[in-house]
Amino acid sequence: MDPLMPPPVRRIAVDRDPYIAPPRATGNGNSAPAAAVTTRLLAPRPVAANVRERMRIESVWLAYGDNWVVRDVSLPVRQGEVLSMIGASGSGKTTLLRSLNRLTEITAGAARSGQITLDGQDIHELEVNDLRRRVTMVFQQPNPFPMSIFDNVAYALSERPGRGGRRRRRSPQIERAVTEALHRAGLYDEVAGDLERSALRLSGGQQQRLCIARALAAEPEVLLLDEPCSALDPISTETIENLIVELRESVAIVIVTHNLQQAFRVADHVAFMHLGELVEYGTSGQVFDHPVKERTRAYISGAFG
Amino acid sequence: MDRHPLTPEPPRGRKRRWATARTDQRVELTLGALAVAALVLIGAMLVTVLIKAWPSFSHNGLSWFGPGGDIETQFRAMAQNKALPGHSILYFRAWPLIWATVLTTGSAVLIALLVSTLAAIFLTEFAPMRVRQVLDPVIRLLAGVPSVIYGLIGILVIAPYLDDHLIGTARRESVSYVVQLNGADVMTASLVLTVMILPIMVAITAGALASVPASWREGSLALGANRWRTIWRVSLRTARPAIVAATVLATARALGEAVMLAMLGGGRSFAPNLLDGLTALFEPVRPLAAAIFQNSEGLTIAPLGHTVYAIGAVLLVSAAMLSLAGWAAKQQFNRYGLRG
Amino acid sequence: MATVGLAPTPPSGSAIARPPRERTGSWPVIDRIAYGLCWAVGIGLCLIALAIVLFMFVKGIAYLRPSLLLESPAPSAIQSESGGFFDPIVGSLIVAAIGIAIAAPVGIALATWLSEYRRPTWLARTVESAIEMIAGVPSVVLAIFGLLIFSQRFLGFLSETDAGGAVSGKSFFAAGAVMSLLALPLVVGATREGLEQLSGRMREASYALGRTRSTTARRVLLPAIRPDIATGIALGMGRIIGDTAIITIVLGLTLTNEGVGRTPLISTLRGSGSTLTSYIYNNSPAGEGSAPQKAYAAAFVLLLIVLALNGLVTWLTGRGGQSEGGMLSRAFRLIPYMPDPSR
Repeated sequence: MDPLMPPPVRRIAVDRDPYIAPPRATGNGNSAPAAAVTTRLLAPRPVAANVRERMRIESVWLAYGDNWVVRDVSLPVRQGEVLSMIGASGSGKTTLLRSLNRLTEITAGAARSGQITLDGQDIHELEVNDLRRRVTMVFQQPNPFPMSIFDNVAYALSERPGRGGRRRRRSPQIERAVTEALHRAGLYDEVAGDLERSALRLSGGQQQRLCIARALAAEPEVLLLDEPCSALDPISTETIENLIVELRESVAIVIVTHNLQQAFRVADHVAFMHLGELVEYGTSGQVFDHPVKERTRAYISGAFG
Repeated sequence: MDRHPLTPEPPRGRKRRWATARTDQRVELTLGALAVAALVLIGAMLVTVLIKAWPSFSHNGLSWFGPGGDIETQFRAMAQNKALPGHSILYFRAWPLIWATVLTTGSAVLIALLVSTLAAIFLTEFAPMRVRQVLDPVIRLLAGVPSVIYGLIGILVIAPYLDDHLIGTARRESVSYVVQLNGADVMTASLVLTVMILPIMVAITAGALASVPASWREGSLALGANRWRTIWRVSLRTARPAIVAATVLATARALGEAVMLAMLGGGRSFAPNLLDGLTALFEPVRPLAAAIFQNSEGLTIAPLGHTVYAIGAVLLVSAAMLSLAGWAAKQQFNRYGLRG
Repeated sequence: MATVGLAPTPPSGSAIARPPRERTGSWPVIDRIAYGLCWAVGIGLCLIALAIVLFMFVKGIAYLRPSLLLESPAPSAIQSESGGFFDPIVGSLIVAAIGIAIAAPVGIALATWLSEYRRPTWLARTVESAIEMIAGVPSVVLAIFGLLIFSQRFLGFLSETDAGGAVSGKSFFAAGAVMSLLALPLVVGATREGLEQLSGRMREASYALGRTRSTTARRVLLPAIRPDIATGIALGMGRIIGDTAIITIVLGLTLTNEGVGRTPLISTLRGSGSTLTSYIYNNSPAGEGSAPQKAYAAAFVLLLIVLALNGLVTWLTGRGGQSEGGMLSRAFRLIPYMPDPSR
């Protein structure tokens, strides 16, 4: 190659309308005979039995100051499936996720437009703390509180703050709820020995599962996950991903991930966002194997991101 | 050790600019000696005070701490070298002083703890930006204001106000056979003491609350806890070591406060009688440190000197125990990972 | 649904919603009470703090005249003839100077030893505890101890000796020496904090060049933490200037600064005098007290000095990179290190 020749310019065709795949009753998107972009190493997962819509995002615009970070996005969130939002940095996916439990309101200067409903009710008319108990969130960095494991998981539960101290009497309901949440998070066997241990002494993967248990303790309807495995090693990641798939029957799950392979492994429906706009939404088979939009194809095949 | 031929040799004599290993040893020894000297000095202080105090304790035994007579009379007897009838010249019963200290320091620290925690929460969480910007330097200024100025304000403003408006004639007469009431009393002293230790407690607590990691607060909010719950269960819990340290500091300061309490406590060493009801608030007090301050003239007179040093010894031991308590509390908090 | 083909236009006007203010109406009652209490206490604190500061300023400006700053106090019951407080101001400065002159080098040396050498460890830990203890000892106790020491015969040259051979033990020297004990923990604390904040790489680089610990400390570390040292000194000075108990006990209280002996500077230092704090005390109703206006004026001057020192500390911590909130507390080394939020 002539070193003086400029590198080839890549142009990605711009097409404004998002492509929303028509809903299919059953099965993945493997029926189309067109050449697949990706080859699956794993067999496609069966879809969950009952799928019902939990939240609906309609024409939502979100801004920080004058900067519109999310532009006119509409999506459904269903229980029984995992919705994964993928996209490059700055695509607005995390902001959209945080707006689902009104966490964007903490930042001054945030503005919004459009409607988000939970079971038919506009979330902005619900009491905010109530909403956040029904729609809980797990963050990118594990953030267990400086308390014992038990107190962490029971945090959202008890109405009266417990007294600090080694052994204190707790109601059997709270104990049951905590044990169940730990089981659902797949952490119980590892910590059952001493629940009074400080949560900060757990490993990274265990801390993240503790955060998931904590989020599940109050039996939420929707679980939001913001890149939960980005700080973890592959084994912890695998544990958590299996967890997510197991949980989807009982909780609607929305996961934002930077990692295409993770979305690949975990998601039932995928929403690809770019620079705040929803580019494509469909089942994971459709989006990964036969993306309709050029930009989606470019992202998935690694042309940018 | 062989030196590389091109590295310069440390110059000798007056031009020496950096030290060799041998000078370093000498420096280390000198500094170590300094440390030992400081330790010896501090140890000497402890020992001397205790030695000078011993006669007073040995003569009175444990009832040194008990009640029994008027302190002023006892001091006067020692100053004039005329023992009180039936007692030795070193006779002393410090209970009024101790009770005064417990009342003033205890009430000041308790009230200040509550108020400073609430105020710190207000400052870090709820106060608008401009209020915070004004209050921060003001609080830091107040933390550094000398106690004599607080005493001045107290004695020129608060005491007369109390005297004129809150102490009625009836009250005065009810205790006039024992003590004269004026505006300088345990209530004034405690109030001003509270105001004096507030700024440092607020500053430390607010600093600790502000350094609670944002991820914990966000995490708590995302679980559906409202802002107050988040503050109470996460932020305050994280700030607990700081609050304990602030309390220990404030208690040490309150215990050692001599001048302001001497100005505002009233003219005599009296143990307020709680059975007097509300009138007890208006009775004069003289805590331990203030007693030392008021009687410092007579240190050369042997019995008086011994007694004053005995009071000093009590204060020293309390200060040491406070330090220990602070250290113990710090160990406790390490359990839940509230450390680096 | 999005319009086909065109770039979507951002909403404007009434379509935009801003985050609502937190409404506490939905909180449980206890939480609401606590919220209200916080506001009440906060506003109350504001009012008290501002009231104190404003009161002192108003009274001070009302009673302060330049002549007061320049005249020496004269014994007289009549206000207009009792002079100003020049001597007390000088006295304060002398005591602070002596105190810092002793505390600063000793404090820096101790801090350096504690931080860089620390051998034997048991000695280091004992010295640390001792310094922490001194910080907590009431100044009256330090005062009576100081009086005891300085009234010993062999230290008679530092103060006045009676005709009968009794050493008074009360002089500027003595007071300054005792004051240095007040400032010492602050200087040590600030210097140690500064040294500990320094990156280990600085030390590594110096040792790797073959320099000894003393050279490293002297030429690299201590110059790097000059703002911290200055902060410690300023804090120490603040504490010294504000203390009354030691002055009253160890500095024989005379109206003007009276020297002992003939040597020009040493005589003043051997003599007794007063400082602003003892002047205020004496002029208040608690002392001889017929001049509350003078007391207010002197208090105002004292407050200005404290303000100036505070401002100095703020400016220094701005340059030195230490957080202010932690400064006071860390100076007493009681606060455990807070977890790193960026972990």
